[in-house]
Amino acid sequence: MSQNAKAPELKFENEPVKRTEPMNGADLFVETLKNENVEVMFGYPGGAVLPLYDALYKNPIRHILARHEQAAIHAAEGYARVSGKPGVVLATSGPGATNLVTGIADAMMDSLPLVIFTGQVATGVIGSDAFQEADVIGITMPITKHNYQVRSMEDLPRIVHEAFHIATTGRPGPVLIDIPKDIATTIGNAEFVDELNLPGYQPNFKPNSLQVKKLRGALAKAKKPVILAGAGVLFAKASGELLEFVEKMQIPVVNTLLGLGGFPADHPLFLGMGGMHGTYAANTALYEADLLINIGARFDDRLTGNLAHFAPNATVAHIDIDPAEIGKNVPTHIPIVADAREALKKILSLDLEVPQAEEWRQKLQKDKEENPLWNTEGGEGISPQSLMRIIHNVTNGDAVVTTDVGQHQMWTAQYYGFKKPDQWVTSGGLGTMGFGFPSAIGAQIAKPDKTVVAVAGDAGFQMTLQELGLVAELKLPVKIVIYNNQALGMVRQWQETFYEERYSQSLIPVQPDFVKLADAYGIRGYVVTTEEEAEKVMRETLTDNEPVLIDCRIKPKEMVYPMIAPGKGLHEMIGVKPQ
Amino acid sequence: MRRIVTATVLNQSGVLNRIAGLFTRRQFNIESITVGATETEGVSKMTFVVQVEDDRMVEQVVKQLHKQIDVLKVSDITEQAIVTRELALIKVMTTPQTRAEINVIIEPFRATIIDVARDSVTIQVVGNFEKIEAMIELLRPYGIKEVARTGQTAIKRGSQRFVSDSKQVSILN
Ligand SMILES: Cc1ncc(C[n+]2csc(CCOP(=O)(O)OP(=O)(O)O)c2C)c(N)n1
Ligand SMILES: [Mg+2]
Repeated sequence: MSQNAKAPELKFENEPVKRTEPMNGADLFVETLKNENVEVMFGYPGGAVLPLYDALYKNPIRHILARHEQAAIHAAEGYARVSGKPGVVLATSGPGATNLVTGIADAMMDSLPLVIFTGQVATGVIGSDAFQEADVIGITMPITKHNYQVRSMEDLPRIVHEAFHIATTGRPGPVLIDIPKDIATTIGNAEFVDELNLPGYQPNFKPNSLQVKKLRGALAKAKKPVILAGAGVLFAKASGELLEFVEKMQIPVVNTLLGLGGFPADHPLFLGMGGMHGTYAANTALYEADLLINIGARFDDRLTGNLAHFAPNATVAHIDIDPAEIGKNVPTHIPIVADAREALKKILSLDLEVPQAEEWRQKLQKDKEENPLWNTEGGEGISPQSLMRIIHNVTNGDAVVTTDVGQHQMWTAQYYGFKKPDQWVTSGGLGTMGFGFPSAIGAQIAKPDKTVVAVAGDAGFQMTLQELGLVAELKLPVKIVIYNNQALGMVRQWQETFYEERYSQSLIPVQPDFVKLADAYGIRGYVVTTEEEAEKVMRETLTDNEPVLIDCRIKPKEMVYPMIAPGKGLHEMIGVKPQ
Repeated sequence: MRRIVTATVLNQSGVLNRIAGLFTRRQFNIESITVGATETEGVSKMTFVVQVEDDRMVEQVVKQLHKQIDVLKVSDITEQAIVTRELALIKVMTTPQTRAEINVIIEPFRATIIDVARDSVTIQVVGNFEKIEAMIELLRPYGIKEVARTGQTAIKRGSQRFVSDSKQVSILN
């Protein structure tokens, strides 16, 4: 029995099979994580995982104790997003596991690599509605890339190894492993196997040369080409190749919300973000293009608007590692199933003809100059758009920025001006309020030396604000900027626009004193009501090494524009010009 | 349109659940699913009959199935040379007068009576979808008490006649 504090020694180099000394499943669990080079995990203990936590006590891996499981998993998402490594999560059975559900669905939508461990009641009582039993496998089947329940202690090393592989390769995603309590206490010898045996999982990385040649042909003929670059560019670490391709071919670029940072926002060929709150130039380019090259984006409905009007005249080329995304929403003429970087490298290796698109570029440049993003002047409160410019300036456009969901998220996407990959953490597909602050904690843990700014709405911040305790405990220098409009701003905006100003349940006149809240946790807090004040406080606090909370009183009625109403096409933007 | 899609899957726990859930979640309309063992231990074959609006939708069905980790191979075999079979058990009301008639009706279908009661018989028939439909239609006037069908299973013929199928071009290597 290996109940002594020292874990058995294991060596794995180049030896395919290693039998361990006898140990219990919990100790084995920790060894499997070390075998995957896990440096940090995010979790919360409880009855069904007590053996696992006991094993961690004896053989530690850095563990971040969030104050709520939802925050633990959002932190793991933030960590995964900026580090490129899988985020590891541990929670107990029943309520611990169900508290993770929002984060699992979020990671599934935004393709974030997570390996999630949940405790489970003992094998013998599964199915009997035992205390803290929940069918986590059933619940998470549709929101995981794959999930497993461990049925025998000896299977643990194989399952963990497969889970890390599946989570991080191909299109990344969350993989869950449910561990019944008795598995953790069973003692046995296990085998570590380096080889993977996953005949049903063979992601394709290299592009098909026939399709790449088709793309070359389409490029040579194009008069109005545009590139739509999504998060696939970031996951594939393809931003260098993208830049090279764009400069060589002189093709304008649109980013999706999640793709921001994959192409420098200050580049002359950058048109901005596309979609519901995209720029005029970006959406017009997508609408009028004769060749649309989608690189690692999934043609989400917030990007395309009404599909009947999407890119009506374009030949569509789509590069995606997930074959199921190609042709799912938009009929595709040139399907390229590949890793974005591999595909771009292959294209760049060909003899390419630069498209004759001078006129098109000039037209788009004019669109850009004549229809820039705009904001209202004067009135009570800080301009949220100017506030984001201040944050950009104070942080040199170099911070890691996370957001919650709502108006502030869109203003951040529009105005921060991301220049580099892995600077941007937001919940795109699921649109999860409560995501911004905990994901900043994970990002800060991944990048301890970076300035990490959590931009949150006054409402969304209250969904996970208990993590102030974690920030205080770990002395993480996370910078919390609250866009306080005393409202569920985005809901208010829709009610103003589509429901004749019937503000049903979207105004919160009484918000807490956020500064006092911060103070309760020993964190500095400020309220700012003017741009000058905001700039002053931010210059003093955003780049130092301490956490801070800044409650920014923004104009409560400011709208996010331009906007495409639901059911409309990209050519039907409203709010393009100042009103 | 009706398409026949087959998938070979690893017999992992929950695989049926996973696939059934996928169909529901993506709003794919299934007419029938059959599952059974194959020549390889640990590998099962599933046959789906699906109703789809167009080619793009069946392509999605195939791709989404393929994306599952436990799924080894997926094919839309509708256009190929295949044999499909289904077994149906049909309980029909009878009177002394109709019994002989029913016997005559089912004979060309090579169906058999497998259970007899005072006022009913149960008929077993094996065939493709159309054959079973046709027999049920002929029996309907006598009063059908109950029908149990297995759903269709399918296999490719040993020799494939040439089928021109331009959609088979792979986008993978
Ligand atoms: C968990 C969750 N519940 C509800 C929503 C719907 N929703 C989207 S934006 C929004 C308002 C957010 O308000 P706030 O956090 O103050 O941000 P603001 O829009 O004001 O910037 C709501 C309720 C959501 N996205 N997520
Ligand atoms: Mg708000």
